[in-house]
Amino acid sequence: MFSYCADPSTLDGLTWLSCYLTTGKHMGLYISVVTVLVLLAITAPVALLFGFAGAASARSRIAPLRWLGKGYTAIVRGVPDIAFFLFFVIALDQGFEWMRHKLLCSDWDQPIRQGNDFVVCDAAKLPLSSSPQWVHETYGFFLAVLTFAIVFGAFAANVLFGAMRAVPRAQMETAEAYGMSHRQAFWRIMVPQMWVYALPGLSNLWMVLIKATPLLFLLGVEDIVYWARELGGTKNARFTDYPHGDWRMWYFFALLVFYLAFTKVSEVVLDRIMKRLTHGQATAAGEAQRKAAA
Amino acid sequence: MSCWDTIADYGLRSIGIGERLLPKEDFTLCQQFTLIGSGMLWNIYFGALALLAGFFFATALAVGKSSSSRWIRKPAEWFIFVFRGSPLFIQFFFAYFLFLSLKQVIPFFSPLTSAWLGALVVLFFNTAAYSGEIFYGALLSIPKGDLEAADAYGMSGWARFRRITFPTMLRLAWPAYTNEAIFLFHATTLVYFSGFPAWKQKGDALYYANYFADKTFNPFVPYPILAGYFILLTLCIVGLFGLANRHLNRHLPSDVRRPIKLRPNLLR
Repeated sequence: MFSYCADPSTLDGLTWLSCYLTTGKHMGLYISVVTVLVLLAITAPVALLFGFAGAASARSRIAPLRWLGKGYTAIVRGVPDIAFFLFFVIALDQGFEWMRHKLLCSDWDQPIRQGNDFVVCDAAKLPLSSSPQWVHETYGFFLAVLTFAIVFGAFAANVLFGAMRAVPRAQMETAEAYGMSHRQAFWRIMVPQMWVYALPGLSNLWMVLIKATPLLFLLGVEDIVYWARELGGTKNARFTDYPHGDWRMWYFFALLVFYLAFTKVSEVVLDRIMKRLTHGQATAAGEAQRKAAA
Repeated sequence: MSCWDTIADYGLRSIGIGERLLPKEDFTLCQQFTLIGSGMLWNIYFGALALLAGFFFATALAVGKSSSSRWIRKPAEWFIFVFRGSPLFIQFFFAYFLFLSLKQVIPFFSPLTSAWLGALVVLFFNTAAYSGEIFYGALLSIPKGDLEAADAYGMSGWARFRRITFPTMLRLAWPAYTNEAIFLFHATTLVYFSGFPAWKQKGDALYYANYFADKTFNPFVPYPILAGYFILLTLCIVGLFGLANRHLNRHLPSDVRRPIKLRPNLLR
């Protein structure tokens, strides 16, 4: 990276470190940190959307839709979610390939499950075996995002379902007294008011989501855990300009600090949002705010 | 080979008793049920021991965090923050490599690099931090009247803690603590995916489920089996903790008793 890094064996101390931390492989580590942030930025809204759909359908007056919503919120209870992560990645992948297989290769006459193999025609492979490396990586990332969104959507559905029920009944009755239809009351009265009840649960969920990101490693994405193991391992002078012993401990220590800092910042920000949202609400915290201002 | 033979061969495979070689092909449902079930032994071992030891440490942490002395409060706060604020997965990795380095300096620490002890220590600290926070919250919400009554009876120090503070704290914290227990058991599945090696393929339930899913490319059989086992385990925990809850609340009229509500708060 820097001009003085041409011959690392002559360097020592901080200059050596500055060169070491800017090698190409370390750039991979920094990119994977960005990957994690991107994953969070995409997953959080998508999971919220899934959760909203789940909670709304769990309240639906149409029975099959209600069962679907309740079933979705129920799946995450009782089973370790890491099992869901491992399950959904393969299941989604095979599901997509199976659908494409049915659509694209109608003349295929062999069974898809042959003993221990899952065989689909070449045109149905996802991504196509001829596609470049970045497509494979993006597809893996996309699968990971979808898996996270499904699992966390179910958590969010639980939280939002509770929040919808927590909106005071009188508010809905007033809406009905004003002649609002069921749908109008839902969108104009319940949805704007439920957030203050949902926020403690959602912020808890956000913390959990942050802490779930290392599981990307299990989903086959080259994430920070992968790089920390890769970079930290003993490096022999024959293969690299920067030989060192087993530093994996320090790499994981850095990750630990990274996550601690991240959760701390989120905590502070979420506290602020909570203060903003309770403003003018008919809750104990809102009342306290009103009294403090008066 | 009948199913009984399979159970005899693989029923205790996860702790090294029985057939050494895992099935390689033509997996039967019976084999999957038996091996995954045998792996559950490890989940129960990790969960139960960590929970038991963690309970006492958590109480100490909660009392420490509510202490008025800075020197006791700060360490307890930091301990809880570090273990609650970082992913358990990273904690496992960090601890494993830390133990590896320790082992090279002092051979005494070598058992810590194997899962049965090393992962247990991490889980113990982790659950202590999470339950410590729960207990701390309960300590803060002990009714003022109870403490005033204790003062009026002339109780102080240890007697007050043992007879008033601790039972009330436990009673208030119990529903949340039940959830913590459930998710601790779920968290035990991370052990063999986080650095700690499964020696001679002796792994936990998820390790075997993953083994079958990898070999058969079919996630639709082993993972639901695993899910079934965990739902059973969860029901057992809820049952046991429910009994304890009844015992803790036995002096209250039945309409004020709080039933345990399950809340999803997975992953750490």
